Amino acid sequence: MTAEKKSRLIKGLITGIIFGFLLQRGGATRYNVIIGQLMLQDFTVVKIIVTAIITGMIGIYFLLDRGLVELSPKNHSLKQVIPGGLIFGVGFALLGYCPGTIAGAAGQGSLDALIPGLIGITLGSGLYARFHENFGDLLARGSFEKPTLPERWNINHWKIIFPLAGILLALLLLLEFRGL
Amino acid sequence: MEFLRQATWSPYLVGFAIGVLSWLSFLISRKALGTSTSYARTSGMIWQKYDRDLVLNMKYYQQYLPEIDWQWMLVIGIIIGSFISSLLSGEFSLSFLPATEFESILNQNVLGRIFSALAGGMLVGFGARWSGGCPSGHGISGTLQLSLSSWIAAICFFISGIAVALLLY
Repeated sequence: MTAEKKSRLIKGLITGIIFGFLLQRGGATRYNVIIGQLMLQDFTVVKIIVTAIITGMIGIYFLLDRGLVELSPKNHSLKQVIPGGLIFGVGFALLGYCPGTIAGAAGQGSLDALIPGLIGITLGSGLYARFHENFGDLLARGSFEKPTLPERWNINHWKIIFPLAGILLALLLLLEFRGL
Repeated sequence: MEFLRQATWSPYLVGFAIGVLSWLSFLISRKALGTSTSYARTSGMIWQKYDRDLVLNMKYYQQYLPEIDWQWMLVIGIIIGSFISSLLSGEFSLSFLPATEFESILNQNVLGRIFSALAGGMLVGFGARWSGGCPSGHGISGTLQLSLSSWIAAICFFISGIAVALLLY
């Protein structure tokens, strides 16, 4: 293994250790917290994700303006994100973890995540690879010409970021006021 | 020190820290946080032990090589980081049936939990790869880059997740 490759793997590992620590400490690796979110009774998961989006988008676009980072926005067709996303949600409600939090659940000793959960995700991913062989090209057709909203609407990104951050902050405030 | 031993931190603090981690990840690794591709790579690594030629010729594994990469190590890191966090706070415990207020045969019976975790896991893996991401890759990294397809995917994860949870529990 080259030194460069090794250094990338170590960077991934360290990033993951911090990510896992935060997910666990935030409560997001608990089945009860995730199911509580889907039951609309415990909004921990939404609070974590929304705060991460606000912080992340402001910082990343600030760094982008200074030429310090390059974006790598995902760009998938509606035939990928809608059916794929809806199937994911069904599994999410049954499993009670997502692909990131299941690794954290395994680390905190949840054996349902470590054994049947991880076996299931790996099997499902392999089945998709097989499905992709026949249908992948068809599904990928019609992806957006311009992946991000500022490119699509041809406006400066801050004109989207500030209003969006405002809406997301209002959502968090609403949750707090309603005691959720 | 007291702070490091607390069972949970505020979700706002955790969300903010994950946001900062995403900056560092872009700056240092030139990568966005994400996890679900790693399970696809793992499936290929296992599958190729049985039929190497088949796997190496599949389009999906040509796009996502069955090998250990940055993100695969990130997933291993999540396990380790969560283990450290739960040990420090005293929350670590080995259990098969999750403690929950939403009791059901799907989570309070060993066979029921094997079924829900295995079937749920398969749908999560299949759906994540179909949609091209998960709540980290689409839900945090894609949305924060203002990717339209990621916003749609993230909303779909929760729409069907909420509908099915309300039906089941």
